[in-house]
Amino acid sequence: MKAKIIVTPKKAVLDPQGKTVANALEQMGYKGIGAVHVGKYLEIDLPAGDKESWRGRLEEACRKILSNPVIEDYQVEIE
Amino acid sequence: MNFAVLQFPASNCDQDALHVVKNVLGQSARFVWHKENSLAGMDAVIVPGGFSYGDYLRTGAIARFSPIMQAVQAFAARGGPVLGICNGFQILCEAGLLPGALIRNRSLQFRCEHIFLKIAAHDSPFTSKIPEGKLLRLPIAHGEGCYFADDATVEKLQANRQILWQYVNAAGEATERSNPNGSLRNIAGICNEARNVAGLMPHPERASEPLLGSADGLLIFESLLAWLQAKVAQAA
Repeated sequence: MKAKIIVTPKKAVLDPQGKTVANALEQMGYKGIGAVHVGKYLEIDLPAGDKESWRGRLEEACRKILSNPVIEDYQVEIE
Repeated sequence: MNFAVLQFPASNCDQDALHVVKNVLGQSARFVWHKENSLAGMDAVIVPGGFSYGDYLRTGAIARFSPIMQAVQAFAARGGPVLGICNGFQILCEAGLLPGALIRNRSLQFRCEHIFLKIAAHDSPFTSKIPEGKLLRLPIAHGEGCYFADDATVEKLQANRQILWQYVNAAGEATERSNPNGSLRNIAGICNEARNVAGLMPHPERASEPLLGSADGLLIFESLLAWLQAKVAQAA
């Protein structure tokens, strides 16, 4: 089993990295793109077991350490 | 007075902080390794700057789970003064000892220069001895120093006079240009509601002797010392 965790800056938080990437894309000719947000992707190997219990534990880990709830949102997927 | 200077893997302002407390302020100080779990006998704690744990995940995110941080939480809860400088400020925010977070500078550039600070509140252990109207000229050196918190938190900081230091120009005005990192309301440093925990991005320990171009930083350490001495005198 594998967990895929995506951490992104909250929409209300200034994301200068995203803005810079958007500007670069625009300059390279990728016209018409909207806002870009740069986040983090974590892949965690898990032993076979109860998916939902792992989801709960990993969401707790996201709140405690993997993300900072003041500035970031997270999504946990387990497959 | 006994000062603890915490050391995490990749702290790099620990020596400077210890030097100022011992040799400039004339107090006793010792390093406390992050694996230790006691602050017994300590009167004040300094969380120094650096790049603890290589800034992995987020600045300060991993250091805040070091064993010593539990002792810092307890020390702060008992009213002990804790000062976080640069990475130390980031760690205190991650630990929830201070509200908000420090994020990537708006310019995306690492800023390494001298700035001016205005004292926004003198009623704290870290600012009480700084003369009214005095601007502090201190160095900054950070890539993630943009102070962010939601509107309600910033309003609360302002209402409670928890904003202690603000970036200003040489005339003492908090302008857009004098803000080196995009911090909300030009915030360079804040304290908690109880006022015994504070953090700031600039480096007072690198500007506490005239030989270093500015001794303004010493005023922060002298404020803290005077506060500790007053507390002892009160208890006696």
